Amino acid sequence: MDFFNRFAIPHPSPAIYASMVAIGITVIAVIAGLTYFKKWGYLWREWLTTVDHKRIGIMYLISALLMLFRGGVDAIMMRAQLAVPENKLLDAQHYNEIFTTHGIVMIIFMAMPFIMALMNFVVPLQIGARDVAFPRLNALSFWLFFMGAMLFNISFIIGGSPDAGWTSYFPLAGTEFSESVGSNYYMIAIQIAGIGTLMTGINFITTILKMRAPGMTLMKMPMFTWSSLVTNAIIVFAFPVLTVLLLMGTMDRLFGTHFFTTTNGGMDMLWANFFWVWGHPEVYILILPAFGIYSEVISTFARRNLYGYKSMVGSMVIISLLSFLVWTHHFFTMGQGALTNSIFSITTMAIAVPTGVKLFNWLFTLWKGKIEVTTPMLYALLFIPTFTIGGVTGVMLGMSAADYQYHNTMFLVAHFHMVIIPGVVFAMLAGLTYYWPKMFGFMLNEKIGKWSAWIIAISTLLAFIPMFFSGLDGQARRMYTYSESTGFGPWNMVSFIGAAGLAVGFALIVYNIYYSTRYASRDIAADPWDARSLEWATHTPVPAYNFAILPQVNSSEALWDAKKHGHELFPGKYEKIHMPNNSGVPFIMSCIFFVWGFSFVFSIWIPLILTTIGIFVCMGLRSFEKDHGHYITVDEIKETENNLRGA
Amino acid sequence: MKIDNSLPLEYSTEENSNKILGFWIFLGAEIMLFATLFSAYFTLVDRTGTGPTGAEIFEIAPVLIETILLLTSSFTIGLGIHAMRLGNKKAMLTFFTITLLLGLGFLSFEIFEFVHYVHIGAGLQTSAFTAILLTTLGTHGAHVTFGLFWGLFIILQVKKRGLTPETANKSFIFSLYWHFLDVVWIFIFSFVYLKGMM
Amino acid sequence: MKWALYTLLFTIATLLTGCEPLMVLDPKGPQAETQAKDILLSTGIMSFILLAVIAILIVMLTKYRASKQRKDYEPPHIEGSVLVETICVGIPVLIVIFLSIVSVQSNYKVEATPQGYEDKEPLIIYASSSNWKWHFSYPKENIETVNYLYIPTDRPIEFKLYSYGPITSFWIPQLGGQKYAMSDMVNTLHLAADVPGEYMGRNANFSGKGFAENTFHVKAMSEKEYEEWVKEVKKTAKPLTENKFTQLLEPGHLGQSTYKGTHLEFLPPPEGENGGHNHGSTHDAKAENHEDLSETSSESEHHHE
Repeated sequence: MDFFNRFAIPHPSPAIYASMVAIGITVIAVIAGLTYFKKWGYLWREWLTTVDHKRIGIMYLISALLMLFRGGVDAIMMRAQLAVPENKLLDAQHYNEIFTTHGIVMIIFMAMPFIMALMNFVVPLQIGARDVAFPRLNALSFWLFFMGAMLFNISFIIGGSPDAGWTSYFPLAGTEFSESVGSNYYMIAIQIAGIGTLMTGINFITTILKMRAPGMTLMKMPMFTWSSLVTNAIIVFAFPVLTVLLLMGTMDRLFGTHFFTTTNGGMDMLWANFFWVWGHPEVYILILPAFGIYSEVISTFARRNLYGYKSMVGSMVIISLLSFLVWTHHFFTMGQGALTNSIFSITTMAIAVPTGVKLFNWLFTLWKGKIEVTTPMLYALLFIPTFTIGGVTGVMLGMSAADYQYHNTMFLVAHFHMVIIPGVVFAMLAGLTYYWPKMFGFMLNEKIGKWSAWIIAISTLLAFIPMFFSGLDGQARRMYTYSESTGFGPWNMVSFIGAAGLAVGFALIVYNIYYSTRYASRDIAADPWDARSLEWATHTPVPAYNFAILPQVNSSEALWDAKKHGHELFPGKYEKIHMPNNSGVPFIMSCIFFVWGFSFVFSIWIPLILTTIGIFVCMGLRSFEKDHGHYITVDEIKETENNLRGA
Repeated sequence: MKIDNSLPLEYSTEENSNKILGFWIFLGAEIMLFATLFSAYFTLVDRTGTGPTGAEIFEIAPVLIETILLLTSSFTIGLGIHAMRLGNKKAMLTFFTITLLLGLGFLSFEIFEFVHYVHIGAGLQTSAFTAILLTTLGTHGAHVTFGLFWGLFIILQVKKRGLTPETANKSFIFSLYWHFLDVVWIFIFSFVYLKGMM
Repeated sequence: MKWALYTLLFTIATLLTGCEPLMVLDPKGPQAETQAKDILLSTGIMSFILLAVIAILIVMLTKYRASKQRKDYEPPHIEGSVLVETICVGIPVLIVIFLSIVSVQSNYKVEATPQGYEDKEPLIIYASSSNWKWHFSYPKENIETVNYLYIPTDRPIEFKLYSYGPITSFWIPQLGGQKYAMSDMVNTLHLAADVPGEYMGRNANFSGKGFAENTFHVKAMSEKEYEEWVKEVKKTAKPLTENKFTQLLEPGHLGQSTYKGTHLEFLPPPEGENGGHNHGSTHDAKAENHEDLSETSSESEHHHE
């Protein structure tokens, strides 16, 4: 019995029991459904073993939407709890767990896979490649991310959620002050997902550097590809820091080391430093691909080339370098002294310059254009003013003396939500709507789409602008309640209304997907938005090999050249195409990783040793395996091409 | 699979050259990993709590032996790759085997060293300093252990399948990995041991 | 001129938020005033940038909408222009340089004895946090309080901050910004109160279950009143024993209480030879000692002023 006690939730509530039941029913329903419709084979062959970047992209997308739901429910619960003073909806412990998981889920398990989804789907198409450099590694990246996310998400029904904030500062997150297994989940689930992300970084840099279509020099790459290249470079340099950090955290929690404890020489400040050495670049890992999406969308719907291509690229590179030089601004109040604070204050504010350049370049892309406000464009246009609010408050936070007053308050919370929601979430929704026809072969409804864009934008302002004021009025972040005399009540009520509005907006997007799946026309062109880059030059749906003939490129807008200036995009004739084979190993290995992580979280050593061996056996098998892929013959290509052209 | 004969075997296909570039990028990530460990080490080196300092526990003899073993192994794997380029499979396999034996020797001494530390009261849980010392050394040691298995698999494959673009590629990448571990060790030797003993 | 601008901004900020001014923008001490000025100044400049961006966006959208143009209008291909890019870089650079200068000056101001107070002898108060309380030790006066703080006006105050446990952040918004209290070093925060009054103080950094209620009460009074209070405490308060302090450290919430003597004597703060890497030995032994003691005395007392 003792053995099973460790799996009990330390802090149960009716909501958690209800979720347990709901999760149980869903799992049973999915299994029953797959069995009844005899879809197990299909699922295995077409999805679980796939190495196709397009399908992996779609799986990332589905995971991201699921996690958006999870993180969104957390957010609504938090705002509901704070809507009125001295609310009894949640108690302190429950609230702490919820804001912790909200942060981690939204950043690591929602925003990250969302950008991975678009990168996976779009980048190989945009550079005219047939897949990524290491397709099987790509599948492994996805499944590791997925298993990490699942491991993290079961924490609240088995053993308890982490409750030390998404930053998980020690010593609070150490065993001295957090006894439940919650923070073990944090250390291990993020580690597993992080390894996946690191491999994605390596994979995409190689892909972009080595597999571009003939003629596509670096300075002729579309902007989203550029942003992906820079992002993945940041990943490769930032994520190993996280790996080490989580390793040290795990050792402190499970093996009794003294890296960050209050005794035997432990140093709590080291965690904060390392966390943000990874954490600040991580912010740019999220925002740069979003900037890439905006560049594509704005240029497409202004019907004009992107203004200042070179300065766009340059500013991204500068941002990526600066992103490693500002981490201290997350704790100006740690007591480094005026000199250190001054240096980091200046580097922080300096980031405003390249970001400003990008903003003005987008504005000038509209200049002399022929602007068509479609749903993706609407998101991009709404992004500009709302993101500017987030951006300029970032500069204000960068003034370290004033930061002593902003730090740890709702002002800060308002700032980063005003950056991440318009910056990343709007971009992902714009990207989702923009690339939806390429992914699924039909358009999302424009009318519902625009409604949801407006509702989300207005609700964002409603939800977060009041926090600037309540922060300046002394409301610290992460407080589960406050008294009426503080006067925070009205601000938080408005925030709650905004949060509810966001929920409505997202529900409308789900409805739009449902509605369009049922009613939208399947008869759409390969290039429904009249776009400019290579991903629109191939058929819809995209054949497995992407391009029957590798495209020939001589500018950053190859398709536009082909449409307007008679550039010949596909010279030459069909040749047999080499494609990688599907493999179940990434999926199986990630499942083993899941069990490994679970055993680690609960310190069950025998399964941990067995699964560790299992992981290395998988790698050994891979080493000995002879897998040279397969060829698609010219006849098969012809047949596919004719079918697609006919359709 | 297009094979370009003007290039060395390990670079001869597109897949091969992708793999080598990918591995260099991976080594970039590894550099960050060890850089983080080193910066943690330098931050915590004086935080010995109730435990011993580096000067009190380091001994020069086993460390020197470890260093010599690993540096020599880096040299022999270089010879192995040279033999591979010349197409001399037998010489290559011999050098690879010597490399792995030297690696095994290094690992044995390191395990001995660890046991010694724990024995004299410098275990993982003693202080922040001992924890980061053993973690840094342990991470390097784990890399070497992984490399031993990897190298063994490659020897078996070359033996069975001969020198093909695929096995040559694997061997070359493995040699990059091994050289990298050597470079990391040089840093550990200079900045952990020598600096600690001064 | 500068003053007129600040007055104007203060008024706008006050009007915007109804009659009650926002706490941070209602400073009662020189440090908070420096910070409030920075906040208002940067808000002003940033609002200007925001308005400029919105204005350009509106112009672009009204002039270049597809519906406003000929059907056959083909937008031209325009590469960037060096002049435009230079302006786009130049103006932000100038703004950042200006704000940097302001920021650096303020940094040195808030990290030093408050301006105008340099010639007065600072009052040193050790403020340490434990889950979820604040302990204020007045070493020179040799008294200690829990969860409330009395300070004289017109005298600089040097807070020495550290923590028995998680990182916390000591914050009295109307007197000045916050700073962390941590277990392995002592941070110094310079504050001063210009006017007598009662202020809210709290831990601003999340520290676990009891975080929301981790507040303290600050009362600034004239030097004379303060002296009287110290005398009064010394006369009436119970002495703070090691045993008592161990009880106080136990996790939980306490009301306000007052003691004669400070805990600094038997449990020195992590500074000097007790700080950083050396604190492992002494502190550790003490901590173990305390665990033993805390088991024997589990009830916690509540003292009220």
